[in-house]
Amino acid sequence: MPAEKLTPEQEIARRTRRSFMVMGGAAAAGLAGFGMLNAGSAAEGDIPPALRGVLGFNERVVRTALFSDNHLAKTYPASEIGKIKANGDVGIDEPLDPAAWHLEIVPFGASQPAGKLTMDDVRALPRFEETIDFKCVEGWSTVTQFAGARLADFTAKFAPGSEKADCVGMRTPDEEYYVGLDMPSALHPQTLLAYEMNGAPLNDQHGAPLRLVIPVKYGIKNIKRIGRIEYTNKRPDDYWAERGYDWYAGL
Amino acid sequence: MKVLEEKHKLATRWFHWINFPILTLMIASGMLIYWSYDPYRIGLGDITLFHFFPDWFYDATHIDHKLAYGMALHFLFAWIFSFNGLAYVTYTVVSGEWRELAPEKKSFAEALQVVKHDMGLKVPLPPQGRYNAAQRITYSAIVVMGGLSLLTGLAIYKPAQLSWLTALLGGYEWARWEHFWLTMSYLGFFGIHIGQVIRAGWANFRSMICGYDVADATPEVKTHAG
Repeated sequence: MPAEKLTPEQEIARRTRRSFMVMGGAAAAGLAGFGMLNAGSAAEGDIPPALRGVLGFNERVVRTALFSDNHLAKTYPASEIGKIKANGDVGIDEPLDPAAWHLEIVPFGASQPAGKLTMDDVRALPRFEETIDFKCVEGWSTVTQFAGARLADFTAKFAPGSEKADCVGMRTPDEEYYVGLDMPSALHPQTLLAYEMNGAPLNDQHGAPLRLVIPVKYGIKNIKRIGRIEYTNKRPDDYWAERGYDWYAGL
Repeated sequence: MKVLEEKHKLATRWFHWINFPILTLMIASGMLIYWSYDPYRIGLGDITLFHFFPDWFYDATHIDHKLAYGMALHFLFAWIFSFNGLAYVTYTVVSGEWRELAPEKKSFAEALQVVKHDMGLKVPLPPQGRYNAAQRITYSAIVVMGGLSLLTGLAIYKPAQLSWLTALLGGYEWARWEHFWLTMSYLGFFGIHIGQVIRAGWANFRSMICGYDVADATPEVKTHAG
């Protein structure tokens, strides 16, 4: 018996039903996928593991396809310097005792600090000045001038060979604030251990006596009042990464 | 006699209906990001007519203090938004369907007629193909805007690695401003689009779901039958 031919009205009703079923299925799959993104246990304040995985994937794409020492953050004339907000006092809320401050270095492969440096050691390195747009992860930015030694020069002088490590970790003297950096970003020519800001010695609020200025990263990586620098293959802990932000946080 | 008439290709419908929830998620996660630095407003000098966004909006939506989560979502769905958009543009170019979409010389004058007609003025509708002149302009503009959202987004996302792009768009702060207003434009488009879809009725909406509408058979259709 030949199948009865559908009228156009029956045919479109059949197609509409079928399309709605496909859409419903796709929507259900999408919702399930979104649920999976948000599933899994994360530490208090951290993002779910699947989203952490996405950030890791994006990091690999950027490091493979985009990052280069030749890509420089834009620099500005001194006339464009703005008034930068002092955001965040974790690790620097106790008053600084300049006489007691020193910098510990843990070279690649060592487990203990190999030495204690003073500001004179840092100042002995070539001084570089840069006026860059300091970018907060919140979205604002302020043109700011910094001066200091390149972290690349510092590493070559005080921790030679440590360039082979994958990462650099830095901590405040009280270990309350800490950042982790990938080595290519740490050795970028614009990455400074800064001791001057806007033509004056760095003040306490902005991280005296020595802070990191890394224009290829958001402000959260630009740690103030550095007390310890460690070269390691293990990804160093990172204060804001533990609170949900991208560990890489590259610009 | 009635026949089925194809209105929208399967590919076009998939691109459209994938884009809808993804763009919604991009806007929602973008709001989580925007909250942490929300300088934009409509106003001049000291006079602010509307601040994006007022406190009552944040209180009602609870989008506050979710920057990290918003960024992670945004930088995931940006992939899908971009690939879906690029696939759509590629498909539209390769299939030749762009000819039915791109504005023509006469579209701009005709679009005015369409708008007048839709506003209830007694202006006749000009003859049209798949899309009328106003749709040609709007739907093409929305595709270009999608591309601009991707570019301004990349300029904010990697302003050091893509400093040429950021500079091209007027700098970091302008790129963020452009990114924001493109988003607001989508919301404006969405409002008009939904209104027009409701006005056009069920058969039009159904054609975007199943691809077909029921039409009176024309002589051409008959000769091509079989």
